[in-house]
Amino acid sequence: MAEQIIFYLLAAVIALFSVLAVTAKRIIRSAIYLLLVLLATAGLFLMINYHFLFTVQVSVYAGGIMIMFIMAIFLTHRPGEDMKRKAVGKINYPALLSIAGAAFCGCIIVNNVSRAYNYLKGGEIGMRDLGHAMLGIEKYQYLLPFEAISVLLLACVVGAIMIARKEKEKEKEKEK
Amino acid sequence: MIMDYTIFILILPLLSFLAIGLSGTALKPRNAGAGGTVVAGLVTLLSYYTAFDYFTTQNVNGVWQSVTPCNFTWLNVGEKLHIDLGIMLDQVSVMMLVVISTVSLMVHIYSLGYMKGERGFGRYYAFLSLFTFSMIGLVVATNIFQMYIFWELVGVSSYLLIGFYYSKPSAVAAAKKAFIVTRFADMFFLIGILVLSYYTQTFDFGVLIPGDASLFGPALGTTFMGVSAMSWAMALIFIGGAGKSAMFPLHIWLPDAMEGPTPVSALIHAATMVVAGVYLVARLFPVYVGFTPEVLHGIAYVGAFTAMFAAVIAIAQTDIKRVLAFSTISQIGFMMVALGVSTGMGLSEHEHGGLGYMASMFHLFTHAMFKALLFLGAGSVIHAVHSNEMKDMGGLRRYMPVTHITFLIACLSIAGIPPFSGFMSKDEVITAAYGFSTGMGVWMTVIAGLTAFYMFRLYYSIFWRKEYKVRDGRRPHESPRSMTIPLLFLALLTVAGGFIPFGKFVTADGTQYIIRLNVTVAAISVSVALTGIGVAAYLYRRDNAYPAHLAKGFGKLYRAASNRFYIDELYLFITKKIIFNGISRSFAWFDRHVIDGAVNGLGRATLRTSQAIRGLQSGSVQWYAWVFLLATLLITLLAIW
Amino acid sequence: MNTSLEAVPLQAFLIVSLIMFFAGIYGFFTRKNMIMMLISIELILNSVDMNFAVFNRYLYPGEMEGLFFALFAIAVSACETAVAIAIVINVYRRFGNAEVNNIEQMKE
Repeated sequence: MAEQIIFYLLAAVIALFSVLAVTAKRIIRSAIYLLLVLLATAGLFLMINYHFLFTVQVSVYAGGIMIMFIMAIFLTHRPGEDMKRKAVGKINYPALLSIAGAAFCGCIIVNNVSRAYNYLKGGEIGMRDLGHAMLGIEKYQYLLPFEAISVLLLACVVGAIMIARKEKEKEKEKEK
Repeated sequence: MIMDYTIFILILPLLSFLAIGLSGTALKPRNAGAGGTVVAGLVTLLSYYTAFDYFTTQNVNGVWQSVTPCNFTWLNVGEKLHIDLGIMLDQVSVMMLVVISTVSLMVHIYSLGYMKGERGFGRYYAFLSLFTFSMIGLVVATNIFQMYIFWELVGVSSYLLIGFYYSKPSAVAAAKKAFIVTRFADMFFLIGILVLSYYTQTFDFGVLIPGDASLFGPALGTTFMGVSAMSWAMALIFIGGAGKSAMFPLHIWLPDAMEGPTPVSALIHAATMVVAGVYLVARLFPVYVGFTPEVLHGIAYVGAFTAMFAAVIAIAQTDIKRVLAFSTISQIGFMMVALGVSTGMGLSEHEHGGLGYMASMFHLFTHAMFKALLFLGAGSVIHAVHSNEMKDMGGLRRYMPVTHITFLIACLSIAGIPPFSGFMSKDEVITAAYGFSTGMGVWMTVIAGLTAFYMFRLYYSIFWRKEYKVRDGRRPHESPRSMTIPLLFLALLTVAGGFIPFGKFVTADGTQYIIRLNVTVAAISVSVALTGIGVAAYLYRRDNAYPAHLAKGFGKLYRAASNRFYIDELYLFITKKIIFNGISRSFAWFDRHVIDGAVNGLGRATLRTSQAIRGLQSGSVQWYAWVFLLATLLITLLAIW
Repeated sequence: MNTSLEAVPLQAFLIVSLIMFFAGIYGFFTRKNMIMMLISIELILNSVDMNFAVFNRYLYPGEMEGLFFALFAIAVSACETAVAIAIVINVYRRFGNAEVNNIEQMKE
């Protein structure tokens, strides 16, 4: 009973705010709505007993990425400006497509998924098992992807710095 | 291998052609001429030695054997057919080797004097060597396809040499005409070869010549439009030969070919290339006489008609080289008739079926000598007088004694006066013609009379008729030694050649035959010849008005003969009006509008399509994502269904 | 604490992630500002993560593949966001605004 209520609450939050996020007029509001969506998703992860995933979602996604977004927004906008939406033709094709797509997939889900699965009871995944899986090298253990991801992170950090670097104007003046 | 030095007879002229041709202007003309002549001399010596070697060693039981010093497979076509390249020596090819190399050497020496100072001297000698190579390759061919290859090469050499003065439009046109006409005939030749080889599965002469009914059975059995495939093949092959040998109606190129330098006319269009057709029929003679005698009869009729036709035209020509050209056509007609009237291969005291073959080959041999002599003599005259027309000549016997005497000897020979070689060979031809039918014999005798007439008309017009008008103080003088020595040598051969016991060497089946003189035939032909000479002397020895009266008397006939019976005009009409206008124009229209239109249309369509789909590459990320999404949905839908 | 999840069916989770997904798609196509497009992409990625986690929980409760996939996807998304924002900043510096029709010209 309790789960159902919490679930529907969180689900409503997600649905409402995700739609609001893509239709907001001001970008900072859109960012805030996204933050709320991410937090609600974290809540859903908690509900299904994935504690580690919940932690990561909150710290990395809601915490790190959203901070980055907000920084970016400040760096690239004159504050307070209203965002213009793209001019849409007579028929709003994207909306039509989205709603149609949603309806279509929804039908499939509702009709078919129940045929495909049997609910299995399961327990919590302990941190020890998780840690072993993350850093192990046997089958179904993820040391290699872990290392690969770390290299990727390094590359992205370096790349982002390189791309976003300002040209050193002082050196230019010296050359002149 | 026996007699494998003969490969040098082929290779030396080829090397000479490459060396002289590729060195171009780096080689001084004098050296080019000397080099070419030396090579020709070597080839001649080798040919004589080959003949000596062959005729003293290759006799087995009184039959001449065919020797194949080398033969290697060049190309494999199909499972059993293969094209070889090699050398085959038998009595006919050895004789041809002697003829070709002798005349070629004479022409080489003669050209040292005649072509002196001409532009392209080196090129000339290169082409002469090429021609020698090609002609030798043709006569020593071991299989019919090799013969065809060298046949084409000979045609190319002829084209190059006729069009030697390439800045003269008439020469260029003549070269084109020669090449196209012979090429047209060669198309039939090729079809004939293919038909024959399809049924017999071989190109090789060694298999075809002793071929028997089992080899030709399938060819004889299949009929097409009522005639057996074999006859078709042999007739088509003959048409190819007729083109090269200027038989009616493919003779039109030979008179025009006189645009080339005179030594070229002597070598190619008198002695050697034009007899290639005769050689071809002689080569395949056992097949013709054994399996398709009706084609052989056809050959005889064609030859007879051509001989008469050409003789009549020669009477009315005023250009001395044209007279000689038509005389050549006529004499080749004789050779073809001689081959055509043969009824068998055997030649002995009892059997005379193969007389025609032997006579034809004998006449080929002697004709080469005296015709080359005639042409070289004419060249000497032209060199002195700087004109080809009879009206510019006359009384030249005072100024050019050597040329005069040698020319006279040649004329006597061609007219058939004993004891010159022409009499011997022509006699055999006419005897063979009588053996076929009296009508044919009479026909050929009449032509012999005409021959004597027009040849002496030519002789008297050049050397007697009227006194030579000395223009600009330039008196005609005798030609330099380089030109007179060949004349003398050829005159010697003309005189002595008649006494060669030809039957001992060249007969259809290889057995030896001693030539007998048929007194009746000889008497008739000599008297006819003397009559001809007499009439010519009467009309032309001294300048008088009789010839003009006679010409007026014959009226239309004379004009027609003088215009070569309008055959050239007929050809021009057919090609220009019918082929070019009718057929070519529609094809050209089709090509321009349909084919080009299709290609252009394709280009335009592509352009339009590309304009239309340019929008797909808009550069906008969202547009790309759109397309991406749509495509994914489409695929999903497809997958589900 | 083990919560029994018989009460909440799998389809419910899937519908939620579906809504998030199509909202993200709508936003991606409709917005001109590049940051807005990035936000939409985040929505899409988030919905995918949720899908993975939920499937893992409901169908293979003993296994951890889905969990790890979601984990790594979050990490990758972080990297990609960083680089994308760097690019957006560059575009802003060049053009004065961060709109996507500035970069439509493909270099030939």
